[in-house]
Order: sequence, then structure tokens, then C-alpha cells
Amino acid sequence: MSFPDPIAVFRTEAAELLEQIEAGLLDLNVNLGDKDQVDAVFRGLHTLKGSGAMFGFEALAAFTHHCETAFDRVRKGEVPATHALVTAVLGARDHMRALVETPMGDHEAMSETLLDNLRRAVDGADSGDAAAPAAGPARILYKIRFSLPQNAMANGTNPLPLLDELRDLGTCRIVADRSKIPSLDVLAPTDLHIAWDVELLTDQPRSAIDDVFIFVMDDMELVVEEVAAPVEPEAPVTTIKAPAAAPEPTISSSLPAPAAVASPATNAPADAKAAKAAENVRVPAERLDELMDRVGELVIAQSRLSQLAGGSGDLQLRAVSEDVERLSGELRDTMMVLRMVPVTQLFGRFRRLVHDLANETGKRIELVTEGETTEVDKSVIERLADPMVHLVRNSCDHGLETAEERRVAGKPEAGRIHLSARQQAGEVIITIKDDGRGINKDRVRAKAESSGLIQPNASLTDQELYQLIFQPGFSTAQAVTNLSGRGVGMDVVKRTIDALRGTINVVSRPGEGSEISLAIPLTLAIIDGLLVRVGNARYVIPLSAVEECLELSVEEDMRSRGRSFISLRDSLVPFLRLRDLFRTGTKPDPFQKVVVISTGSERVGLVVDQIIGDHQTVIKGMSKLHHDVGMFSGATILGDGGVALILDVGHLVAEGQQQEAHLRAAG
Amino acid sequence: MNQAVRKLSEDLWNGRDELEVLTFEIAGETFALEAFIVQEILDLLPETSVPGAKAFVGSVINFRGKVIPLADIRLAFGMEATRPTIDSRIIVIEIEIDDEPVLAGIRTDKVHEVTTLQRSASEPPPSVGMRWRPDFIDCLVKRGSEFIILPNLQVIFSAQHDRSATAA
Amino acid sequence: MSATILTVDDSASIRLTTRVALTNAGYQVTEAVDGLDGLAKLNAGQFDLIVTDLNMPNMDGLTMIRELRKLPAHMGVPVIFLTTESDAELKAEAKAAGATGWLTKPFDPESLVKIARKVLGK
Repeated sequence: MSFPDPIAVFRTEAAELLEQIEAGLLDLNVNLGDKDQVDAVFRGLHTLKGSGAMFGFEALAAFTHHCETAFDRVRKGEVPATHALVTAVLGARDHMRALVETPMGDHEAMSETLLDNLRRAVDGADSGDAAAPAAGPARILYKIRFSLPQNAMANGTNPLPLLDELRDLGTCRIVADRSKIPSLDVLAPTDLHIAWDVELLTDQPRSAIDDVFIFVMDDMELVVEEVAAPVEPEAPVTTIKAPAAAPEPTISSSLPAPAAVASPATNAPADAKAAKAAENVRVPAERLDELMDRVGELVIAQSRLSQLAGGSGDLQLRAVSEDVERLSGELRDTMMVLRMVPVTQLFGRFRRLVHDLANETGKRIELVTEGETTEVDKSVIERLADPMVHLVRNSCDHGLETAEERRVAGKPEAGRIHLSARQQAGEVIITIKDDGRGINKDRVRAKAESSGLIQPNASLTDQELYQLIFQPGFSTAQAVTNLSGRGVGMDVVKRTIDALRGTINVVSRPGEGSEISLAIPLTLAIIDGLLVRVGNARYVIPLSAVEECLELSVEEDMRSRGRSFISLRDSLVPFLRLRDLFRTGTKPDPFQKVVVISTGSERVGLVVDQIIGDHQTVIKGMSKLHHDVGMFSGATILGDGGVALILDVGHLVAEGQQQEAHLRAAG
Repeated sequence: MNQAVRKLSEDLWNGRDELEVLTFEIAGETFALEAFIVQEILDLLPETSVPGAKAFVGSVINFRGKVIPLADIRLAFGMEATRPTIDSRIIVIEIEIDDEPVLAGIRTDKVHEVTTLQRSASEPPPSVGMRWRPDFIDCLVKRGSEFIILPNLQVIFSAQHDRSATAA
Repeated sequence: MSATILTVDDSASIRLTTRVALTNAGYQVTEAVDGLDGLAKLNAGQFDLIVTDLNMPNMDGLTMIRELRKLPAHMGVPVIFLTTESDAELKAEAKAAGATGWLTKPFDPESLVKIARKVLGK
């Protein structure tokens, strides 16, 4: 096994850190007093700088250092967090991404500009023009008693730097306890027999004391006792000075031992950290795909085993075969779950988008998200990002009104974009909702008529009308703004969702807003299919497209020759004889079956020889050498090792419609 | 034309004097492919025909959990179809098409051996008097009384690929 | 006079990373490629701190630490080991062998310098 490229590892890590930093900044912008977010942003910046320097991203490290310093000051309460600071660091954060992606690029001028912004933001904050400065953390008086293992010095631990570190934490009084030192004749010079009593007044957390002793924690004796309740910052200086002025402060065995011995310090925090680190393992997506392939092979091998076992009288073999069947089924289920990730990350990026859009449009926009823990196949998430960006842009740009218009309409000034995700029967439903002006049906109709998409005065349901906005070349934007109209139309959204085998549903009420729902299968890797036979070959029809299955009566079969329509509850449905379409050259089975499939409102019947049944279908892509074959969207491997092609429903429906048009034209 | 053919053949040898190849037989002719592109040699497998695909890659097989096209080189060389025998094998190869690795199976009547061909014994395909498209062949290598054909798979596959692409 | 540090690691990139960080922080750095090489360097000179990997060919870090603690000249020299696991047992074993502290990989150079300062004092 080869080691991963450290630079690639760093880039992945950096992308995650940048996302965390952004999320922290956006949260902070909502609540400037949120100390946890200040810490989170600081930690992110700190780690980014450190690993950046380690992997040769010098410009990144140097640039990030300034942001880290700014946040360190916020953290220490020296300067307050302000909106200006958050905006400056958000801008800087985008620049950091550029520094990660193209470290060799010419970024200097940009760096300077952004650092100027940052300085101004920090200086502005310094002079106290924004939120009130956070009060500095309270100081606490600790009594510490510790002794090191006897062999500590021989093993390289020098107690003096440890005492220096304690001094660095705050105001310190240290007294050595030499009572355990043996007489000179038995004293080994490298052994350590001194214990120390320390009074420490510090604003640092208790963990900072443990950190001093981190390497010797397991073998030493350490008692830390919080003596006083938090005291006012100014007061303790005098309290600590009083005992320090006492006679013989340096070496005294008479210093009273702590009254009550608190429970000994343990290394629990370190353990907890280690446990947390072990929770996640990063695996490249290709390895998951490889694993998926292997699991697919296992399932096939297992079904061969089942057939053999079923045909043999050996009960033991059957028992083993059943075990293997159960295990491989479970393994496949686990495998599917491994590929699932929550939509949190996907939603996360819209906070920034909406923030920027609000700035660009001058509108006030609130983003509300819901159902972020909903899990979807990783590859689906990746492909959903672009269409969703387009839909959210569209809502912000066209859907939401200006604050002025909203006031007039009696609505809250801030417009609201609501993103939600939920699972429902094997699909994830993602909804983008706004409380804006709604879609203007008249304008959609006028536009569709003028561009020839529909006949004038064609009768359309609302849903049919709304679906027109996803047609190529359709755009209702009267003025093409900076935000929308970037040459990417809603038709691209539609095409992407189609490719994911999803559907789009639009609901809109004038003056109240619009809601666009995307229903996407949870996974691209597996579908429920209907296995059918045509001639000698088997095919899979995606079950989501199947409306019903019926028998083609002999009379209808005869009657329909040359017509290729069947009547289905008073409507004529065109059908395709797959045996003819696929040129099987075989005789039809006596009782032909029709599988009626649909895409939206259009239906077509597929005539097959036999309906075999439901089939959990692991989808394999078609080879590049078969990309010209439109009738199939992929292939799958069946239990007996054979291959079945998966029908491309959209293509076949189009084919059916074309045939219908052809027949109608021929009269 | 001759120039171009010569160039192709030089590309194949790429400055080398010897070539390690796998030799096999289709319709009585001996072919050879560079050994390093060969992934595996399989017994015949059940084939699933792909309606609407070009006859040259008219079916797919299950190769270790992957669905890969099965190519019939005879059709590129206009040879007679032969019946499968106990010697029939599928050679699985990986070649680059438009800078992407593509796996494909090639149906053969018999697989002979891995052997070394000498550049000194090779010659470009004759530009006249041949029933096959000369650019489908990298070169011919004389061995004993027979010629071994080194097909240019990139050209053969791309030609099928292009033709089908325009047809679509 | 600046303190001298011996770094022992079979990975050239880690040696380079640590050398750059420690040199920039004002230390003098000598490198060794494995435990045996480390002991050879220790025989030839005096160091204020040793930073060593554990997993190395020829002689691993733990063995090197045990051996160097037997040498009177290097008694009490702080030894920091680099480890990818935050495994308590491994730490205990290394401590028993005579290590002073550890640094978990991957580390940022800054934390290595911090540890050097922590162990050596300012």
C-alpha cells in the first residue's frame, strides 16, 4: 500500500478547516459574544497556519498568522468581536482558500489589501466603536502540590523548566519541600526527592496546569486545589503579595499542606481526546467504490453457492450457505450506509452564499435550515450543490422583494429562505422555500408563448406552467443581474436533477412565496428495479418509473398491430414492443405483458415477454464504448452472474412519444 | 500514406528492438498484442447483447463484477465468424481512449503464448494489395513462414467509437 | 550558546521538517536515520535533547532509548519520541524505556518547538 500524498492530505484537511472557520464566523456574526465560536475560529486558524507551514504553504501560513493573531486578541478579551472584524476575516478566509489551491500564484497584492482591512477592523474595534469589550476571564487562586517520580531527572525531565512554565501561567509563589531528601551517604545524585508547594493566581483554565505536567502526569503525584472563588482582577495582586512578603519564602518545610486533599489529577482529558480522535477514519471515495465492487462480487458468488447448496442434500452445506447469504446481505447494507453523509455540509455553504447575496442585493435575508442530519449518498450530495446554488440565488434575486416593497406589502422587512431536507420512502426531499412575491404565472405564460414553448391559450395546469421555467432558454428575469442570469439557466438544474433520477415540484402563491422541492433517490449506486425478460435477455426497469403491469390480451395484441396503442382506462397509451425494438429475433411468449412507465405526465407501455419480479439493482456504468447507446442508462449483475441492462426510462418515453407523433401524422 | 503508416509503426516500437507480446489466433490469422495491456485471459463467458450498439462491440460480459464490452476484432478485419470451440478465449485488455483507461474483452479462437518479437523482422503493412484498412495495423512481424499481425487497437476502437458517436 | 538537538527518523521529509523548525527556533540540529545511526551520533557528541521516531529499520526508537540510558554520558538527556498513536500503553512502555515525553504525529512544527522549549527551558 502506498502512502497518500501529504500535500493532497493537507489540502483536504485545509478545505475542512476553512469550512469550520467560515461556519464559526457566520455564527459569530449572529452572536458577537459567543466565546465558543471565537475559540473555534481561533483553533481553526491556528491549525491551518501550523500545518500550512509544515507542508510548505509559506504564504498561507504567513497570511493566516495575522488573522490568528487578531482572533487571539479577541479570545484574550483585548479587542471585542465586531461585524467589521468578522467580514474582514471572512474575506481573508476566501483568500486562504486561494493560497491553498494555488500556492505559487501571485497573491501578494490581495494579501496586503485584506490585511489592511483586517488591521482597520481590529483598530476600529480597539477604539471601542462597536460591541462592548468582553470582560477578561476571572482569576483563580490554585494551591498545587506535586512531586516527580524518583527517576524523572535520569529520564530527562528537568523540574526547573516546569516551574518556569507554572510561573508563566500567572503570579506564582513556589516553595520546595526538601523533607524527603535522604542523608548524603545514601543519596543518588540523579534521584529526585523534592516536592513543591505552589500558590498560583491565574486566569488560565485548570487544564493549563495539567498541560505543564503532561509528560509526567501518569507517574507523578499532583494535587491541585481551587482555593478561592473567582476574584476580581485587581484585588488578588495584593493578596498574593502579602504572603510573598512573609519571611523565608523560598525554602520552607513549614508551609501548611493543603487542608483537604482533592482527588488526584488524572490524565482523563488526554484520554477523552484520544478516544475522540479514533471515532473518524478518513477513506478516499474510490476505496469505497472498490469495496462496493467487491461486495457486489461477493453477493454474486454467494448466490451461486445458494444454488449449489439448494441442489444438494447436504444439510450442513445449506446451513453454511444460509449464513453466508445473511452475512453478505448485511455487508451490502452496511456498505450502503458507509456512503451516506449528512447534508450539513451542503447546507453549510448556503449560509455564506445568502450572506453575500444579501450584501450584493441590499436586501435583508434570513436563512433558516432544517433537517441537516438527513443522510444522502455522498455522490448525490456533490451533484446537488450546483443546482441548489442556482435555486437559492434565484429565490434571493427574483423571489424576495426589497425591504421597501416588503414593508408596503405588510411583510417583515427581512426576507426568509428556508432550506430543509427529509427522507421519505427511499428518497430525500430537499425544499427551497422563500416568502417572496411568488412566481408570476401570467409572465411565465407570456414568455413561454413568445418563445414558442407553448401554443397561445394552451390549457395548462399550474404545475405544467411552472415546469416551463426549467425549459432551455427560459428566463423571466427582466433585468439580468449580477447574481442570476450567468448563462446557466434553470434548464441545467432540471438536467442535473434528471440525471440523478430525481423530480422537481414547484408550488407558488402570489405574494406569499414559492417552494421548489427536489425529490432525489437516496443513492445512485443501487435502485429498486423490475426485472423483465425480452427474448433471451433480461432487463431492469427502474421501479420508480413503473406505473402498472398488465397482460396484453390476445385480441388487443392482434388489434394493435400496426397501431401500437392500448387503451388504459379510457386513454390511449402508446406502446413499444421491446422484442422488435431490440431485434431479438425470437418468437413472442404466448402471453405478452405490458409495463406502463411514466416520466411526469407522459406514459408509455413496454411490451415484454415475462415479468420476473422485483430486483435490488446495483448500478454499473456503461462502458465508454457504449456511450452512444441511448436506450440504456447502465447495467447490473444478476444473482447467476449474468448481466442485465437497465432501461433509460426518459429515452424510451421520448421514443414512444415520437412513434405516437409519427403514427398520428400518418393518420 | 506510407509515411503515416511508418510513423505509427515506429511509435509502437518506440525505440525498442524487442517487444513482449501475447499471440493469439482469429479466423486462421495470428495476431499479437503487447503483453502489458493484457489484464487477463478468460474462458468464454455468457454474453449479453446490447441492442442498438455497433456490432463490433455488440455485447457485454461480467468481468469480476464489472460490466465490460466484448469486442469482435473479426468485424474490423471483415473476417468470417467462427464457431466457439474449447480453445476459444476472451483476452481482457486495458487501453486508453481519449485519455481514459477503458477495459474491453476481445474474443479469440485460441491463445498461443507470450513471446518476444524482433523489430528487425517487422515491416509496415503494405499500402496496396491488402484487404484490410492499413491504419488498423501497426506492423507485420515475420516469423518462420507466417506473418503475425499487430493490430492498432487505438485506431480500431476510436474508429468504431467515432462512427457510433456520429450515428448517435 | 544554542542548545543542540539530535533528530532520529528514517523519513527524510520528517527530518527536514523538524530540522527547519528547530533551526529557525535557534537550535543546532544533527540528524540520524535510525536507532543505530542515532547511537553512533551520540557516541560522537553531546546533545541537549533527542527527538526520535519509534518505528525505524535496523534499530527502533525504543531500543535506542534503552541503550542510550545505559550510557553514563547521556543520562538525563531529555528524549522526545514521535508517535502516530495516542496509545497509553505505548507511552508507558516508552517512558519505562527512559523517554521524557512525546509528540503525536502529524504535528505542526510549532508544537515541536514548544516541546523543545518546554523540556529545555528558555
